[in-house]
Amino acid sequence: MLPHPAPSPGALTGHDERTAARLLSGNEAIAHAAHQAGVRVAAGYPGTPSTEILEALVRLDPERAVYVEWSTNEKVALDIALGAAMGGARALAVMKHVGLNVAADTFLTAAYTGARAGLVVVSADDPGMHSSQNEQDNRLYARFAAVPLLEPADSQEAHDFTRAAFELGERFDVPVLLRTTTRVSHARGRVRSGPPAAVAAPGFTRDPAKFVMLPGHARGRRRVVLERLEALAAEAERSPLNRVEWRDERLGVVTSGIAYSYVREVLPDASVLKLGWSHPLPVELVREFAGRVGHLLVVEELEPVLEEALRAAGVPVEGKRYFPREGELTPDLVRRGFRAAGWLPEEPRRPLAAPTTAPRPPVLCPGCPHVAPFLALREMGAVVAGDIGCYTLAATSPLAAMDTTVAMGSSIGMAIGLARSGGTPGPVVAAIGDSTFLHAGLPALADAVCNRTRVTVLVLDNGTTAMTGGQPHPASGATIRGEAAPRIDLAALCRALGVDAVAVVDPYDVAATSRALQQAAAHPGVSVVITTRPCVEVPTKVRDHPFTVVEAPCIACQACMNLGCPSITWSASWFDGRRRVQIDAATCTGCTVCAQVCPTEAMVPLPDWSPRR
Amino acid sequence: MRERGSILLVGVGGQGVVLASAVVADVALRAGFDVKQSEVHGMSQRGGVVSSHLRFGPEVFSPLIETGGADAVVAMEWNEGLRSLPALAPGAPLVVNLHRVVPPGACRDRHTGHWGYPAVVLEAVVAQVGDVRACDALGLARAVGSAKAQNSVLLGVLSTLTPFPEAAWRASLAAHAPRGTAEANARAFEAGRALEFPRETFAQAARMGALPDGEAVHARAWPPAVAIDEGWCKGEACSICVRVCPERCLAIGPADRAVIAQPGACTGCRLCELLCPDFAVTVTEAEASRAR
Repeated sequence: MLPHPAPSPGALTGHDERTAARLLSGNEAIAHAAHQAGVRVAAGYPGTPSTEILEALVRLDPERAVYVEWSTNEKVALDIALGAAMGGARALAVMKHVGLNVAADTFLTAAYTGARAGLVVVSADDPGMHSSQNEQDNRLYARFAAVPLLEPADSQEAHDFTRAAFELGERFDVPVLLRTTTRVSHARGRVRSGPPAAVAAPGFTRDPAKFVMLPGHARGRRRVVLERLEALAAEAERSPLNRVEWRDERLGVVTSGIAYSYVREVLPDASVLKLGWSHPLPVELVREFAGRVGHLLVVEELEPVLEEALRAAGVPVEGKRYFPREGELTPDLVRRGFRAAGWLPEEPRRPLAAPTTAPRPPVLCPGCPHVAPFLALREMGAVVAGDIGCYTLAATSPLAAMDTTVAMGSSIGMAIGLARSGGTPGPVVAAIGDSTFLHAGLPALADAVCNRTRVTVLVLDNGTTAMTGGQPHPASGATIRGEAAPRIDLAALCRALGVDAVAVVDPYDVAATSRALQQAAAHPGVSVVITTRPCVEVPTKVRDHPFTVVEAPCIACQACMNLGCPSITWSASWFDGRRRVQIDAATCTGCTVCAQVCPTEAMVPLPDWSPRR
Repeated sequence: MRERGSILLVGVGGQGVVLASAVVADVALRAGFDVKQSEVHGMSQRGGVVSSHLRFGPEVFSPLIETGGADAVVAMEWNEGLRSLPALAPGAPLVVNLHRVVPPGACRDRHTGHWGYPAVVLEAVVAQVGDVRACDALGLARAVGSAKAQNSVLLGVLSTLTPFPEAAWRASLAAHAPRGTAEANARAFEAGRALEFPRETFAQAARMGALPDGEAVHARAWPPAVAIDEGWCKGEACSICVRVCPERCLAIGPADRAVIAQPGACTGCRLCELLCPDFAVTVTEAEASRAR
């Protein structure tokens, strides 16, 4: 292990931007490396923990040498990147793990076509599901597609491996999967970057046998894929991306990605084979390592990918017996695993006990325009097929108004299925955000129209991709660089798809929202209700006249508490055995929704308030 | 914490945990250390818990701190400080804001009014942890001009525990403060740095005065009973009581009349009684249960 060189004090002051060590997140490091590698086209769809890559790339490129975009969905992003690479431009496609499912159709065949210039596909996985609906291990996609897989363990490697991925991809004419995890993408570490790469000029050359995947062509390319895989395996055996760190030879640990950091932390004396290029697996390298150590363990996050491959190659190894297959690895869990395997003594010291604390689950923001529509759906007794976004939080108490959530855009198709099941106790409503609607909702809406299924689609239009921090989408009217862009009219789009009952309402008008949803549910066909209000956080922080509670009229009925607004909590005052409420003026955005549901008009605008500048 | 250290910063979305952590990371880097820092984005920003792990030393591998491995915990919020106690290494200091941010979920037991938020029993925490550096960071920040600078107050407290030169702290703080707030943050940092512990911990708590009665239960001792006069009820066509009930106890029954679907959920707020246009609803405090 080469220790990172110590930076001189003040290295961060940035006098030499090109070579100084900077503290970068893994995502920022990937952006830096791609920029230095001469990437010309970069596309992605926002998704935690991948989002910051393209945002950082835009910041690094004020001269606009790189074409960067937020795409409509991940498949579009990968198609764009593949097309660009076929055109001879280095290209980057970034997405979260589940995004690669959307792009998988292209991804698996892109391995057949190859690309002329380097094509790097970044999959940011989310073990532990900090902000995801599953924790699939996308290393398996590399095996599925027969493409090389690089797994950085920290920011410096995220940088170095991105550079290496472009070179590797061009050398072997293959897309490269760069797989990070939340702790690599979002952890910051020191990064030193190298000089910019000299990149060949773009140029598209027609080559139908390679680029047009007719069955006859594809059969030929299938052979190329398999031969290339063997060549890649031979290269992986001698690649510097894989390295052996010899220490105590009684125990050897094969590891990759963030797990390497935990192994080094917890068991600094063990010999380690660190796999940075883990597919195709350098089996001989592992076999040689295994032959020299007394005992061999595999420490990997999520699926036993390395472990099973090594067992299949006849290398006796243990892994998941001691280290969990479920959830995110932590140094604690790695320590526990080594203890269970007998390589660490039992811990004598005991951490302090946690006292009883209040749970603090994520909630919709004060003034969130998504609250009132779900209040209405709950009152209607609707069966709500939900989708992916901030509004998925409407599934939690007290709104508790969402019955299913599976994948991006699934709400509409699932609503069709629920309606066709004939078993729903109330009207069937699909609730989907504007960005998600454009991502994968449109095909299902077309389906509902053409098959005459009676469903209501609630499009929660807040003008942005809010969950991931506010990225523009095709109905936002802006590009990733903040330039004005054509803005798709969602209502016109729904009408064009053949929906005749389209209503647009302001979700801050509780009664109008409720009425619109009831009328839509009564419509004997496909109906769409679009609730339109900008997100209170992005692009502009909405801070309107805050409200306050007048104590005397408040009968502590708790109707406002059913909104789940973080600005409303109990006060020290009681009425008839119940606590009255108070509003935190510092966080209240003045949306007025609580004042509308209050039966005694106890909520009034805060006196003596003036907007800040 | 002379040659290496692990600092856990915790708080609530919007309190500036991530920014404070970036300041500390930068300070450590300026002081010549290797640094790793890790926080989780995404859902945690929606008013949830935000935590940032910061580690420095000659060479740092894990971006995460082990349980019982933090050389200091800096909590921007009381409840989050308590939640993070298991992170502390034996004898390590807890720097904690006495200010509370009550989550809406803590106000949910409408029958008893029980507050699901831990009361500030400072003595117990001091007895358990030992080195507790608590202060009213919000009050101190307000006093120097900006409520938003409460994270800088806590960084001021933390600065006295770290091996980083004071100049590095000031430079980093100035570099990271949002535009126009550098001075307020510098004053807040100073205010935190000037606090003398352990003396200040109890002095600050006393100065904050009486806090709301977290644990008290004032609720009625008997459950309410709701009665519907079916002769007057208009059922589905009206549905006002069903819609206004905050506890969602009422529903329209098969006979197209309001029925009490979930009697146990009623808190006796009388909204249905007050708003029924036909005087068909009566809420009483059940005599039988009152006798108990």
